[in-house]
Amino acid sequence: MISVESLTKQYGTFTAVDHVSFTAATGRVTGFLGPNGAGKSTTMRVMVGLTRPSSGRVTISGRDYRDLANPGLEVGVLLDASAQHAGRTGREILAVAAQTMGLPKSRVAETLARVGLTEDEAGRRVRNYSLGMRQRLGIATALIGDPEVLILDEPANGLDPAGIRWMRDLLRGFANDGGTVLLSSHLLHEIEVIADDLVVIGQGRIVAQGSKSELLAAAGTLVRTSDADRLARALHEASVVTTPIDGGLRVDADPELVGEAAHRAGVVLRELRAADGAGLEEMFLELTAETAREGAAA
Amino acid sequence: MTTTTLAPPASTDAPARRPRSVAPIPTTRLVGVELRKMFDTRAGFWLVAGIGIAALLATAAVIVFAPRDELTYETFATAIGAPMSILLPVVAILALTGEWSQRSGLTTFTLVPHRGRVIFAKAVAILGVAIVSMVLAAVIGALGNLVGTAIAGVDTTWNVSLTEFGYIVLANVIGMAIGFMLAVLIRNSAGAVVAYFVYTALLPTISSAFASTQEWWRDNGPWLDINYASSALYNGSMTGEQWSQLGVTTLVWLWIPLAIGLRAVLRAEVK
Repeated sequence: MISVESLTKQYGTFTAVDHVSFTAATGRVTGFLGPNGAGKSTTMRVMVGLTRPSSGRVTISGRDYRDLANPGLEVGVLLDASAQHAGRTGREILAVAAQTMGLPKSRVAETLARVGLTEDEAGRRVRNYSLGMRQRLGIATALIGDPEVLILDEPANGLDPAGIRWMRDLLRGFANDGGTVLLSSHLLHEIEVIADDLVVIGQGRIVAQGSKSELLAAAGTLVRTSDADRLARALHEASVVTTPIDGGLRVDADPELVGEAAHRAGVVLRELRAADGAGLEEMFLELTAETAREGAAA
Repeated sequence: MTTTTLAPPASTDAPARRPRSVAPIPTTRLVGVELRKMFDTRAGFWLVAGIGIAALLATAAVIVFAPRDELTYETFATAIGAPMSILLPVVAILALTGEWSQRSGLTTFTLVPHRGRVIFAKAVAILGVAIVSMVLAAVIGALGNLVGTAIAGVDTTWNVSLTEFGYIVLANVIGMAIGFMLAVLIRNSAGAVVAYFVYTALLPTISSAFASTQEWWRDNGPWLDINYASSALYNGSMTGEQWSQLGVTTLVWLWIPLAIGLRAVLRAEVK
């Protein structure tokens, strides 16, 4: 379990992380979602002792990361897949990590196979790796010590759709075995596929957190009709908040209530369903609109 | 701002992992890892191999070109020592700056969150490489001296005492410490290597230019010029005053900046 308690990091007058508190629970995959520059990487660097927090603390299974005797065996970390010596081969990078942790050499080949890097690829120098291959190597470095906790910054970046599915299955299996996974992304659809719980951050502040299903439910109902204005009026009379979208509305209520309102108003519906990914995406943009670089343009 | 606050989900009934005892990482292992990292890239390998190759070439050059009466162990030692004193500090610099320039420090300092231990292990590994290469150089020089004098048909002269060898080792260690200091201070491969050559090649030139025009500098320079003070080590004997000059100049130009650099390395954010 990872516990972040009122974490703050200031650079001069700029506050990169502002009183962030959340928990990544054991047995679950927690997605850390936010636009670029929201403070995800800073938070993760503080977690593993690379950056000193201005205030607040992070504990991993109740302990400070710096107090771990051999962190690689307890916490698997991938912060930046490109941050490797370009002149080393993939196998050598993994072997150095294994040697640091005191693991037998046989683990290198096993782990390479586990992340789907071939013998030939492992023998190439990292400067010749694609981003997807670097991500796999980074995941291998995180996994080789058989840790209980994974902290992965943008691990799906550069993976193709099959790679993202592979990672989902890998992380799902890891969490099902009693592990804790925290992974960040600035892309909602990536995290939606992989995570159980979501923590949404914008400009250093947490703007939403909860299980994916809860946040999806909170995203409301999606309804499409040829007469959106009339339906919106009917819903407003019922004190329900609506947001116009292309060819319909997103409604902060369950589908049944929307259906009844449409029936009373005599509006013909073309589509009525719980807002799923689209709703969550809209919520993500809405929640981060004030804080995102793109602002309202997003 | 819209804030959706939901209760954090209760953790599921995932099977608890068996707790296992984790032994701390011994420093000897860290030294082994850092030693490995000095050789496992092409640049690192050829740099260290280059020291050996330069020693062999220098020995061959002495045998071929040196006049017969100068065919002594000292001539061999000087010829081999010159390229080594330039290359060893570069080895020291790259062993450190790679962690920042190549950003591998992100992994290194995550696997070992106590940076002081990593830096210490690097220092030990660098010192080990330096001492092994100097002993090897001494052996190559000795073989060259035997072979060279046999070919030339002159008496074999062993005119480098153990004390003198010790001074040369110390001079090289100071050179590597300067490289190490610049590396922790600058934390960038290209920057630190350039700074090293400014420090050891440009500054002495400026200093001697001063000395030829300024009488004050001629008299007091040895107390201020680290290159001048440490070059005395190559003369084979050191006076008490020269040791004091070495102490003063290394304090100002080496130990204090090294302390500042180490403090920065331990505290700075690793990105």
